[in-house]
Amino acid sequence: MALLSFERKYRVPGGTLIGGNLFDFWVGPFYVGFFGVTTFFFAALGTLLIFYGAAMGPTWNPWLISINPPAIENGLGFAPLMQGGLWQIITFCAIAAFVSWALREVEIARKLGIGLHVPVAFGVAIFAYVTLVVIRPMLMGAWGYAFPYGIFSHLDWVSNTGYQYGNFHYNPVHMVAVTFFFTNALALALHGGLILSAANPPKGQIMKTPDHEDTFFRDLIGYSVGTLGIHRLGLLLALNAGFWSAICILISGTIWFDQWVDWWDWWLQLPFWANIPGGVNG
Amino acid sequence: MAEYQNIFTQVQVRAAPEMGMVENVDLGNRSKSASYSTLMGWFGNAQLGPIYLGTFGVISIATGAIWFMIIGVHFWQVAGYNPAVFMRDLFWMALEPPGPEWGLRIPPMQEGGLFLVAGFFFLISLSTWWVRTYLRAEALGMGKHVSWAFGAALWLVFVLGLIRPVMMGSWSEAVPYGIFPHLDWTNLFSLTYGNLFYNPFHALSIVFLYGSALLFAMHGATILSVTRLGGDRELEQIVDRGTASERAALFWRWTMGFNATMEGVHRWAWWFAVLVPITGGIGILLTGTVVDNWFVWAQVHGYAPLD
Repeated sequence: MALLSFERKYRVPGGTLIGGNLFDFWVGPFYVGFFGVTTFFFAALGTLLIFYGAAMGPTWNPWLISINPPAIENGLGFAPLMQGGLWQIITFCAIAAFVSWALREVEIARKLGIGLHVPVAFGVAIFAYVTLVVIRPMLMGAWGYAFPYGIFSHLDWVSNTGYQYGNFHYNPVHMVAVTFFFTNALALALHGGLILSAANPPKGQIMKTPDHEDTFFRDLIGYSVGTLGIHRLGLLLALNAGFWSAICILISGTIWFDQWVDWWDWWLQLPFWANIPGGVNG
Repeated sequence: MAEYQNIFTQVQVRAAPEMGMVENVDLGNRSKSASYSTLMGWFGNAQLGPIYLGTFGVISIATGAIWFMIIGVHFWQVAGYNPAVFMRDLFWMALEPPGPEWGLRIPPMQEGGLFLVAGFFFLISLSTWWVRTYLRAEALGMGKHVSWAFGAALWLVFVLGLIRPVMMGSWSEAVPYGIFPHLDWTNLFSLTYGNLFYNPFHALSIVFLYGSALLFAMHGATILSVTRLGGDRELEQIVDRGTASERAALFWRWTMGFNATMEGVHRWAWWFAVLVPITGGIGILLTGTVVDNWFVWAQVHGYAPLD
């Protein structure tokens, strides 16, 4: 059950970063390793604390359960358990679990003799999370600036935080991030569609080749990035989406405090056109 | 280890360009030459061209250019034909849809008529481009998966600019053309209908958008990590599994207890990506037509606080 037909020959010892062969084994399909133990520990502890917080809270409605960070007045200190302390411990558990997970991916990649792209990519996601719950709150001086752990409470946080800076769409880095997200989805649809269309031709026809893929895209838009390039492009788009998302919120409240629409005034006030009448802003 | 990460192509080969598979393609419509870009070659294929110029492609590019030029000429007029003002105010300028008093009637050019004319050309351009994606795949004997994916994007565009305005009975509901104005429209849309974050289809659309980023990061990174073993030859790996596919699969199986296949991961990818505009379009279409206030709707359905 747990073993794929070709799996046994890959289940070899070695590749661990820490712990030697002490944790170098599998449980069902899962590789364990030292970092599997730490991942499990922190993930289980954090999840249990979320349930504990839910039990102490006002509702069991899964949409509305929320574990809130300490109040702004609490600053960067430790908070009592039910006034944000739970959130602090859960945040620590989450970061420890995510980093453990990334390091476990490194061990698995080493064991399989493949590149480290996946753990590096996951590192960007961890960076985005840490930016929201640690870096930005620390720069702003209070854990209360982080987001709450709840399905709709975190959406409220996004909405409220956005409107503190007016229309957040005017944040130029937010524009960059959204553009990367949309472009990523476009590229993913094109890549998935292209592979499937070559592998699944109309009934009665034989399967097509990478040459057909290149030809289709050259016919369509005059360029085919190729079978290797599309994966570089996809990784680049996806990581930039996450990275610039983190930057766009990091700069809000640390180096920019006003409405984002006002940020664009520098452009209107460039000396060579600031005083020309007419147009929209003249 | 570092030399195998394969972030850039280190050796570029130059030979006669690939002029493409023939199959049922009308070669008279395919350009006859191709060039190379060393810069592109570091990242992906170095070859630029050839391109196919069929009837529908030419119609699409022509009508797309007309759409773009109508907006541009309107901006040029708003700028008072002053290039400095044009550049200064470019992001602020808009070609607005007709006012609500016009309903679904056609107003004079300066009161929204021009917007409708531009939108008409946009519709033709997108539709003929869809036909092009279908016919290029058909001529090469390939599946139509790219066409249907593009169709999903068209669904969202047509909901925003055509279907929802018609259902609301007013062209004024359409999204204006312009950089900041379309952002204002988006912001106001959420405020008008009681916080779009409480629209479940909006939530789904964002889940698929973020999920697409997650999937492409996972897939792109996985394939790059096994390129040393030929993992980027995905079609070959689909039918004749090699060690690249096996290691890629085992990486995820050992990491999260589950793995896709070399073909299956592209089905995940395709569905996640097409569900972004499909669910998003449903969410937009329901807003104002079926649901007036998403927060109130969420309260009624038990996922927003009542106080």
